[in-house]
Amino acid sequence: MKEFAALIKILSNSTKTNEKLDALSRYLATADAPDRLWVLALFTGRRPKRTVNATQLSTWCLQMTGLPAWLYEECYHTVGDLAETIALLLPPGKSISVHPLHYWIEQLIQLEKAEESIKQAFILKAWEELDTSERFVFNKLITGGFRIGVSQKMMVNALANTYNIPAPTISHMISGNWDPQQTTIEALLSENITEADASKPFPFYLAYALEIDPSELGAPEQWQAEWKWDGIRGQIIKRNGQLFVWSRGEELITEKFPEYQPLLEALPEGTVLDGEILTFTDGFPLPFQTLQTRIGRKNVTRKQLQEAPVVFLSYDLLEWKGEDIRTTALQERRLLLEQVVEQINHPALRLSPAITFHDWDELARFRMQAREKGSEGLMLKKLDSSYQVGRKRGDWWKWKIDPLTIDAVMIYAQKGHGRRSNLYTDYTFAVRDGDQLVSFTKAYSGLTDKEINEVDNWVKRNSLEKFGPVRTVKPELVFEIGFEGIAASNRHKSGVALRFPRILRWRKDKPPAEINTLEDLQQLLRTHKQ
Amino acid sequence: MKIVYFASMQVLQFTDKGIYCPAGDFYIDPWQPVERAIITHAHSDHARYGNKHYLCHHDSVALLQLRLGQDISVQGIAFGETIRYNGVTVSLHPAGHIIGSAQVRVEQENEVWVFSGDYKVENDGISGQFEPVRCNTFITECTFGLPIYNWQPQAVIFSNIRQWIQDNQVAGKNSVLLGYSLGKAQRLLYNLRDVTEQIWAHGAIYIPHQLLREKGWDLPEIHRITPDTPPSVYKNNLIIGPPSAADSSWMRRFNPYALGVCSGWMQVRGNMRRRNADAGFALSDHADWIGLLQAVKATGAEKVYTTHGFSSVFARYLTENGIAAQEVKTEYGDMDEETGIPEAVNNESNNTPL
Repeated sequence: MKEFAALIKILSNSTKTNEKLDALSRYLATADAPDRLWVLALFTGRRPKRTVNATQLSTWCLQMTGLPAWLYEECYHTVGDLAETIALLLPPGKSISVHPLHYWIEQLIQLEKAEESIKQAFILKAWEELDTSERFVFNKLITGGFRIGVSQKMMVNALANTYNIPAPTISHMISGNWDPQQTTIEALLSENITEADASKPFPFYLAYALEIDPSELGAPEQWQAEWKWDGIRGQIIKRNGQLFVWSRGEELITEKFPEYQPLLEALPEGTVLDGEILTFTDGFPLPFQTLQTRIGRKNVTRKQLQEAPVVFLSYDLLEWKGEDIRTTALQERRLLLEQVVEQINHPALRLSPAITFHDWDELARFRMQAREKGSEGLMLKKLDSSYQVGRKRGDWWKWKIDPLTIDAVMIYAQKGHGRRSNLYTDYTFAVRDGDQLVSFTKAYSGLTDKEINEVDNWVKRNSLEKFGPVRTVKPELVFEIGFEGIAASNRHKSGVALRFPRILRWRKDKPPAEINTLEDLQQLLRTHKQ
Repeated sequence: MKIVYFASMQVLQFTDKGIYCPAGDFYIDPWQPVERAIITHAHSDHARYGNKHYLCHHDSVALLQLRLGQDISVQGIAFGETIRYNGVTVSLHPAGHIIGSAQVRVEQENEVWVFSGDYKVENDGISGQFEPVRCNTFITECTFGLPIYNWQPQAVIFSNIRQWIQDNQVAGKNSVLLGYSLGKAQRLLYNLRDVTEQIWAHGAIYIPHQLLREKGWDLPEIHRITPDTPPSVYKNNLIIGPPSAADSSWMRRFNPYALGVCSGWMQVRGNMRRRNADAGFALSDHADWIGLLQAVKATGAEKVYTTHGFSSVFARYLTENGIAAQEVKTEYGDMDEETGIPEAVNNESNNTPL
């Protein structure tokens, strides 16, 4: 556990990718095999089910320290991380434990059905035996993600270094449906990837945002353009007579979308499709909100199926007749894909259309129509590109439309988490409605560190009231808020829900009297209703 | 003038110019220019420009002159020495914060009030040993007035810093430590004097350092970094800079280097990550939670006022534990001594629990 705590410390302090990669590779080279597997699992979002909850941890910490609950709350809001708050509050530990990481994880897993008193006894004993940095990672094992900037890509590269296997292969090996409690690192990194696990998805190929003028990309006839959809990126796999649906977050979501079940019969054995999971009626996508109603539920109701029917807008074919065709050129894969979709001819499987264009100016005009099409912009893909692994520059680009904007005033502020600990970074904004202010969105990002410090300082001096961790502030600071979409909502006071709201800039030039109104928001809603 | 009244006898009042003694007609650490100012220590949020007369500890005199000008009217006194103003007795007592830092004891007709200024209870070897002073009313800072802030003994922290410097040397990196130029820098230099062959420092640190050496303080010889200093001299050596140097082009000359930040705020990971430091050492010149509680109890005060820091939280905690406490708004902590970022130190001032 000491080694793992030291690794977490380096990973969370360092801002240099190479340093992190080195630390991770060094750790993997020396840790025992079960610890290696668990580190891989933890850093790729495969933590075991929670057996002790945050409330229990907090209660036991309060008992142990004798602090009043309100003071504990203050500490939590200043630290911005429950695991760390507890580690800092507990009296000094004995630092006598020699158990490895996997011991603690396995012990925690075994607590699942245990009585509360047994759980408590175990946690208190662990706290006593561990030192402050070990306690922090121990608590983190219970409470959730480490948020230390270890990407899937970094984990893949570290494994590639350690095991001397090419990174794209590793990426494929560790994707999909494996359970650290059921496998070993050796089995996972063995040769036969799909033989062992028919459900295994391919690593997604992701695009960066286009930051140059598309004319700099070269001849337009070398490129394919498609609409960029605002759904869930997904893969549909038919292998071994089974159908698997994966989200980009590598979650197996087959059960959530019964609409796709007919594809089990329709698709030939050994097919993998890449595309967008999208709610869709009358040839037109519905707002993302409607898709959210489908993801949150375990069982889909008939009503949901009617109100938010889902299709798969397919844009790539990765495996055909059991053969991995990712290295063939996009135009060939596209031809095959078009044939497949046509042959299958099922309403749940549609082709994401390619846009015919002759020059970049024409394409730019298409892009202006993106919102009318229910899309968030364009995808540009080089016709001779292979299907690569992870986010890569060069062959694929996303060319999104500019966001919608509203000038709004900040009315509430709350302290942030992680590296924004003890800073007011989470804000709620309002527009004007007559002489009232109506809150309509929160936004967390978009300011520079310097601006955040400035706003934080201002909040501390200009807050009016305190409701738990939230401060109401004088409605004086004006910001331009950008967002990708707007939909009607009866869950929000303002009657609208925004998609991807963020701060575009601080309008120091603008007095609060000149911010946008609720009527402006409603106008946007009417104009952009999908 | 806005005046806040509270105790049975207002030996000191909180006014919009600063902490004021009406009977003695003097201010302590005023933030507006006044006739007579008693200064706890030479940091810029406590010792400001424009006062007619300054009174401080002997060891602060030269530092005040350095910061505010040689021509100021300043009188130095020793710890425990008494001065009388219109029947009010004033004396200074060690605060352990930086060289020359003092608490101010004010006695009027057997009623004793003490203003702590900034303080820490651990003896760092050079800033003096904090001395609890019995009083009726104690006005205390509480920069780190939350129970998450408890410091390790400085011996442990310095041993960690030494280890970090050694590791950097092995990795072929120079070690750059950032700490406030007055206070933190001397504490580092006093305790790390022999850690590398040479120690190099930014001018903001070198100047007060030389002044203190001239005044006879037991501080090591250091070298001043100038635009002409050849980068080769930094190899394997310790470099000390002020917090404002982080992210500036001044740092480039030390490449390859590892950056360590010495500040109580480094106790929390998020703050450390925000600073983009390679290492954070929770080394503070302010009292930690336990230190604050010890200090308050040792005064025997029946009434406590909490100034800058987590003032409302600390006041509420004290009140719940049987010591009547109230938060007061001051302008200390304006220039955050510890982070070097101009910001109000978490003055949680809109949450008066009383």
